[in-house]
Amino acid sequence: MAMAAALRREGRRFASPLISSQPITHVRSSLIPGEHVPLGARSISTQIVRNRMKSVKNIQKITKAMKMVAASKLRLIQTRAENSRGLWQPFTALLGDTPSVDVKKNVIVTISSDKGLCGGINSTAVKVSRAINRLTSGPDKETKYVILGEKAKVQLIRDSKKSITICMTELQRNPLNYTQVSVLADDILKNVEYDALRIVFNKFQSVVSFIPTMATVLSPEVVERETESEGKLGDLDSYEIEGGETKGEILQNLSEFQFSCVLFNAVMENACSEQGARMSAMDSSSRNAGDMLDRLTLTYNRTRQASITTELTEIISGAAALES
Amino acid sequence: MLRQTSRLLARSIATTQQPIRLMGARPMSTNMPATPVEDSTFAASWKKVAPLIDPPKTPSAFMKPRPSTPSTIPSKITVNFVLPYASQLTSKEVDMVIIPATTGQMGVLPGHVPTIAELKPGVLSVHEGNDVKKYFLSSGFVFVHANSVADIVVVEAVPVDRIDQNLVQKGLADFTQKLSSATTELEKAEAQIGIDVHSALNSALAG
Repeated sequence: MAMAAALRREGRRFASPLISSQPITHVRSSLIPGEHVPLGARSISTQIVRNRMKSVKNIQKITKAMKMVAASKLRLIQTRAENSRGLWQPFTALLGDTPSVDVKKNVIVTISSDKGLCGGINSTAVKVSRAINRLTSGPDKETKYVILGEKAKVQLIRDSKKSITICMTELQRNPLNYTQVSVLADDILKNVEYDALRIVFNKFQSVVSFIPTMATVLSPEVVERETESEGKLGDLDSYEIEGGETKGEILQNLSEFQFSCVLFNAVMENACSEQGARMSAMDSSSRNAGDMLDRLTLTYNRTRQASITTELTEIISGAAALES
Repeated sequence: MLRQTSRLLARSIATTQQPIRLMGARPMSTNMPATPVEDSTFAASWKKVAPLIDPPKTPSAFMKPRPSTPSTIPSKITVNFVLPYASQLTSKEVDMVIIPATTGQMGVLPGHVPTIAELKPGVLSVHEGNDVKKYFLSSGFVFVHANSVADIVVVEAVPVDRIDQNLVQKGLADFTQKLSSATTELEKAEAQIGIDVHSALNSALAG
């Protein structure tokens, strides 16, 4: 009987280190003396805290490096994005801005990043795209998605797998130029039927603010229809059209050129926003890591000091007991 | 009493500053683009489907407002000349621009009729007093608006004095050879475009 009790005690002693494999976030609770320390141990083990400190320090190094990389990439791409801002303005001045145009075939071009760790810009783009989808859907209307970038694909594939027509990824690996974007635009225009293209992207405002934006590009037929019906594009009728065989041909060229220009600017702005968002995200996470490291260091030192004090007290009281 | 003075002083300063701040704010508010009519319908329909998310901005929110059509013809034409990687001229007031439209060279003076013109490879010259700047354009579009604003959107442009004569001759010879050896329609078309561009470059240098 006594044997069994001893064995049970032994078992608990052996099992206790195994049970102590709690999630490491509860560092503080795992430091309560006597709970996880094997029986008979004198001082409290600081091994867990030391390991945790090391890992937090490593995380901080990584996030700092990522911030630096994002900052240098941002500087390059910001000038390019700012220079490309003039490109779409003439088209908006001529063809107007028609977000509320009511057409049958809508194509939502969602622009996102390929890599994560860049704040909420991708989920904002996806949320806005979903809302536009709801806005443009209706009886005998169809809405399709064209997705640029891995992250929006991952999010949109869950609920609207059927309406995704084209997915393009790895755009931002090398810096894009206008020729590449126009090839991309050509690819999109060849493969989808559209009445209106809605380009959703994050416009770069500053390193910490990005504005979800939707640009609308109408197909030549819709432009013509709107012009004739004296709708939103009533002014276009007053323009003389030079060159080309027919008006339709010119409008076709015009809207394709508009799409490539708007897409170019959108891709630039989104890339810029991505780097900015990543920079601020990494900045805050390295600051958080620093805070956590401070807290852990405090805990570590306090525990160490406590064990030293205990030992000293034991020695002194032992000596005092001998003397008396 | 003295304790009150700072507050009173602050108030008197604040009241004198108020009109100044308003004056400062007013030009800003006119700089804001006039919200188009359709935007409100867009915002309303957006509120119905997604009340929790703000409606996305549209390009017109980021654009400087264009001047309205004046009753008299202004003496200068305002030119915006943009490339994908740069804005060469931004709201620059010049006397005249000559544009290489597909239908032929087109001079644009203030008060020109509203026009949409497609461009062919050729020389754009910007006349400003006695000063003439020449650019070689690859292709693009020109919009001349009723308010004497010309927008020139071009894929590629270089000042004419930075073109190398020898390289042009070499390129022309290359593409002529390619055209003769071309087998498919696509190759032929590509070679033809190359020849067109290079002969336009050649004539730009000669002229």
